[in-house]
Amino acid sequence: MSGQIMCQECGQRPATFHMTHVINDQATEVHLCEQCAREHGEFDFLLEPKFSLHHLLAGLLEQHAGAWALKSPTQKACPGCGLTYADFARTGLLGCARCYETFAGALEPVVRRVHGHTRHVGKAPVGREVPVAARIQQLRRRLQQAVAEERYEEAARLRDEIRQLEASQGAAGGASREGGPRSR
Amino acid sequence: MSLDELLKRERSGWMKGDGPAADIVLSSRVRLARNLADTAFPPRLSPAAAAGVVERVQAALPSLSSALNRRFALFPLKGMSRLDRQVLVEKHLISPLLAKNDAAAVVLSEDETVSIMVNEEDHLRIQVLMPGLQLEEAWRLADAADDALSRVLNFAYSDDQGYLTTCPTNLGTGMRVSVMMHLPGLVLSQQAGRLLGALPKLGAVVRGMYGEGSEAKGNLFQISNQVTLGQTERELTDNLSSIARQLVEQERSARERLYREMRWQLEDRVCRAYGILTNARLISSDEALRLLSDLRLGIDLNILPHVPPQVFSDLVVATRVGFLQKAASRQLTPQERDLRRATLIRQRLQAR
Ligand SMILES: [Zn+2]
Ligand SMILES: [Zn+2]
Repeated sequence: MSGQIMCQECGQRPATFHMTHVINDQATEVHLCEQCAREHGEFDFLLEPKFSLHHLLAGLLEQHAGAWALKSPTQKACPGCGLTYADFARTGLLGCARCYETFAGALEPVVRRVHGHTRHVGKAPVGREVPVAARIQQLRRRLQQAVAEERYEEAARLRDEIRQLEASQGAAGGASREGGPRSR
Repeated sequence: MSLDELLKRERSGWMKGDGPAADIVLSSRVRLARNLADTAFPPRLSPAAAAGVVERVQAALPSLSSALNRRFALFPLKGMSRLDRQVLVEKHLISPLLAKNDAAAVVLSEDETVSIMVNEEDHLRIQVLMPGLQLEEAWRLADAADDALSRVLNFAYSDDQGYLTTCPTNLGTGMRVSVMMHLPGLVLSQQAGRLLGALPKLGAVVRGMYGEGSEAKGNLFQISNQVTLGQTERELTDNLSSIARQLVEQERSARERLYREMRWQLEDRVCRAYGILTNARLISSDEALRLLSDLRLGIDLNILPHVPPQVFSDLVVATRVGFLQKAASRQLTPQERDLRRATLIRQRLQAR
């Protein structure tokens, strides 16, 4: 017996196409023979790594679907597009922006598992401010790096900036909790 | 610009063969997934609503043109021949998924550096493709295109989760950064498996052939970021750039060592590849890809100083099935393709 890995699609030919995702120290591996990789379009080098991500998702959705079904037995459909959780679990695709609210409870653990994070810290559309929490997180990273690289002056400046933002966030958060109209 | 002109042009911006580390990094790409806030995502979109999305993107083009100072044109997939669609896929301007969709469209800048797929998995897939290792430049351009479009289109976005995408694997930044690398040195010295296998730990995904006995595929690898949420666009870009730079170093030293320790075997291999490519009358795409990789290695190592380096990426694209058929303006049998492919390669290599 050779130590060769067989293709996980057909099980017939040795796998020569390999892909591994490691998120939070858990690895998901995809091993395909050339033919199956080609059929899945994995072979078109510059294109999107679609197939393996869907594989990864499908496993996760199955895993979480049970827990979600117990919590919301009504199987509600998204008011925006009519998608049900069953549809989502089958395809791994959402139907509209509102799906993210509709299935928030089910999505959270999936998103955490896929990305290792649940909060966006990147850019925002023009005219929308990057949320304070995200800015704080960005600054904290720069602070860590500055400390690691012994740039202490910059570190001190970043720490002040973070404190200031945290203070403003506390104030704004308090105000909206007390006075602001609740969005649903 | 007409679609026909654009399709017959073999060399897209990304194939120019210049740019930093262009001997090893063929191209750099950034793509951003964006959706409109008030419309169902493409998988659940009616044909009429899909046409509405295309119209809104069309209406946003002047804003894009003036912000990027480039000319853009939108081409609906409907009415486009199968062959034209295939050529767009081979030029890496659209995905096979988009090619199948009559309700889709593609927006292209004149130099093909910026493209936008409309109604692929997401409403918009903004893509910037550049030669060599230029992820930062590609990101800056994609960022500017995204900003310009977000002034006129209302993107689905939430403060907590960022850009809302059809597949949750793209959530957050919606960003995929990738490089296509030519790594024959690492494959020949059998380090590719070990080095590439370690990349997932660094947050990168590798696609390509790097198992045992799989050096046949042109030694091309695509490396991209694994997650899209919880990191800034700049962090994702920097991380992938740094991985690519390290691989470039490893590849260079592998080539040097191979040349030092196995000079004649290496020269023999390269010159045999050149011999076959300049003489073959029939050649399959797999064989062509393998030999072109050897040829490119020989050019980089100065074994074939008279062959210009860009023949590699030129021919990798120009010898693909869709391209050959486009040049012939008709469908070709497999043998006709092999004949035309071999002829094209001989002409290109002998023109020097
Ligand atoms: Zn298989
Ligand atoms: Zn929905």
